[in-house]
Amino acid sequence: MSQTWIILGAGSAMGRAFARKAAIEGAHLVLAARDQDDLDRTATDCLARGAASAAAVLFDVRNPESFAPIYDAAKANDGIINAAVFVGSMAPQGDVDADPNTGDLTIQDSFTGPVNFLHGLAPIMEERKGGTVLGIGSVAGDRGRIGNYTYGAAKAGFHTYLSGLRNRLNRSGGHVVTVKPGFVDTAMTWGIEGMFLVASPDQIAQDLWTAHEKRKNTLYTPFFWRYIMAIIKSIPEPIFKKLSV
Amino acid sequence: MRWKTAELTGWGRVLSGKAELARPEKPAALSVIFTDTPAPAIGAQRSYGDAAVNSDGRAIDMTRLDRFIGFDADTGILHAEAGCSITDMLDTFAPKGWMPAVMPGTGFATLGGCIAHDVHGKNHHKAGTFGQHVLEIELAGADGKTTTVTSQSDPALFKATIGGLGQTGAILSAKIQMIPCSSRLIQVDERRAANLAEFMEMLKSSTATYCVGWIDGTANGQNLGRGIMEEAELTSSNMAPKLRKPRKVPFNAPPFALSPPTVRLFNRMYFNRIPKQGRGVLRSLKDFFFPLDKIHDWNKLYGKRGFHQFQCVLPDETAERTLRDMLRLIADAGLASPLAVLKRTGPGRAGSLSFPMEGFTLALDFPNSEKSRALVAQLNTLAAEAGGRIYFAKDSLATAAQARLMYPELSEWQKTVEAADPEGAFKTDLIRRLKLRDPA
Repeated sequence: MSQTWIILGAGSAMGRAFARKAAIEGAHLVLAARDQDDLDRTATDCLARGAASAAAVLFDVRNPESFAPIYDAAKANDGIINAAVFVGSMAPQGDVDADPNTGDLTIQDSFTGPVNFLHGLAPIMEERKGGTVLGIGSVAGDRGRIGNYTYGAAKAGFHTYLSGLRNRLNRSGGHVVTVKPGFVDTAMTWGIEGMFLVASPDQIAQDLWTAHEKRKNTLYTPFFWRYIMAIIKSIPEPIFKKLSV
Repeated sequence: MRWKTAELTGWGRVLSGKAELARPEKPAALSVIFTDTPAPAIGAQRSYGDAAVNSDGRAIDMTRLDRFIGFDADTGILHAEAGCSITDMLDTFAPKGWMPAVMPGTGFATLGGCIAHDVHGKNHHKAGTFGQHVLEIELAGADGKTTTVTSQSDPALFKATIGGLGQTGAILSAKIQMIPCSSRLIQVDERRAANLAEFMEMLKSSTATYCVGWIDGTANGQNLGRGIMEEAELTSSNMAPKLRKPRKVPFNAPPFALSPPTVRLFNRMYFNRIPKQGRGVLRSLKDFFFPLDKIHDWNKLYGKRGFHQFQCVLPDETAERTLRDMLRLIADAGLASPLAVLKRTGPGRAGSLSFPMEGFTLALDFPNSEKSRALVAQLNTLAAEAGGRIYFAKDSLATAAQARLMYPELSEWQKTVEAADPEGAFKTDLIRRLKLRDPA
């Protein structure tokens, strides 16, 4: 029987690529994002590619009232419910420095919003006895760096939540993958200086699916970011605080 | 929308230029760009010359707008965003019994690019061009407005957009009529042709749905114009094709890789591999339609200097004589690569600047050098004198005067284009080089 995948942030390049992957695998899809017209297109696309069904549900991570219709759409399908969470925003650190309130929004989009959504979803997944959560964190959450530490802190918070949720869902047969992508070739990174080893969204989507099937706990994607981050994490703080990596 | 400074390069890697590039991921983002800064749209950048280059200007990369936004399994009508690739269409819809009616030699080409060049395939003599299967085009104009254009709603604009090199606006999406696809395998029959006269006769009398010839550009004398004709028909087999992993050319090949002795040897072996009595083989659709797509970045085989592709079409009346002259020049120069195609073309064309005409088309690659540029220039002259045409999707060396001579509907096209884009926002290097939008 087809499983259900909730794709939170299905309007993003990564969310769209993963939706396609799940469609090809024949899943029921619940696509959630802010732009209804665009979502409808993605839903049609996924149906053509083999999705068992595709519901397009309007969703704003800053508006908790938009969560319930997504739970309902997923519950309408029988069987296991999975979720892939791609929402988040990265305000440039300079903007946050100029207006600290900007930081609140980054934290809401990347941390508290997704956490509240997943907390509402957890009991439903437990009831269905299984399912995977793919939580998209970031390598930026592994260590606070001068360039984007507000965003990094939000992602680090999200990583910690995912670790706890993994512990919880494991008891009912569910699973959580903490995903730490490096640079991905999306609108978010387009035209930003200093990008290197940039991965395509399709590559990431493939890695995500494999991590789901193999029930990995933490996924660095592409894989070499595990080693890059191991080095960055191992730099002693007295030295690290003087670097601008 | 953020812009990124990017080097735009033709597939032949000879012509290139720096441009500010935007890559919208949603149609709404493109609309925002177009309200202030309309710019030419580009797709997979598989045209060989400068059709997708806009030096020191701007361009919009359409490849992230690549969704199927409507499909009717009963009629085979597909509505897709412009960035969809032909391979993606074939992969997705062949298992459902449908395939694009016309497919170019690379599956990486996008829907928008296929329309803007009115591409043809191995079935041109029967199915015509890609544009003849386009029902509707959603076009973002220079004024930022989006209109749906059909052959009824605005025949002039429709005809100027198909094969129109992006000059009427950015193609956002299109509806196309696909054809039934009975199988994912194709039966290919290969036969030797000993010389040009025999080859042309075989191509002319072929009744196969798909028909294409490989021609040995190094053969001379009594072997001049020898080659292999491939005729193909879809099968009704339900067998799944074998999937092979694509390979990648990791770096620029050294100059000797395609030196004349290597090519002569390769071509002789390639020719002799087909038994005298011919042979039949079963291939996957992708292997047959997109033979080179298995080798990613194959253009690097020509080294960092790049290469030129010459492709002309010649009318029946002058074809044999001109082909003979061209092949002699090519064989004498000893510059050709193994990639050479001779094909029959029908009368089908959908746009004012569409390439095909009834006759024969010859396509050859030449590693870039002073000698090969001179050779291609000579071939262009021969094509023009014979009442033929060169293909804008391939060209990097034609002259403005030749283009004018070869495309008699140019001034009619210009009228529609000037009305659609009075400021010239969609001009590209190709348009400027061949003065395609300059008054006569």
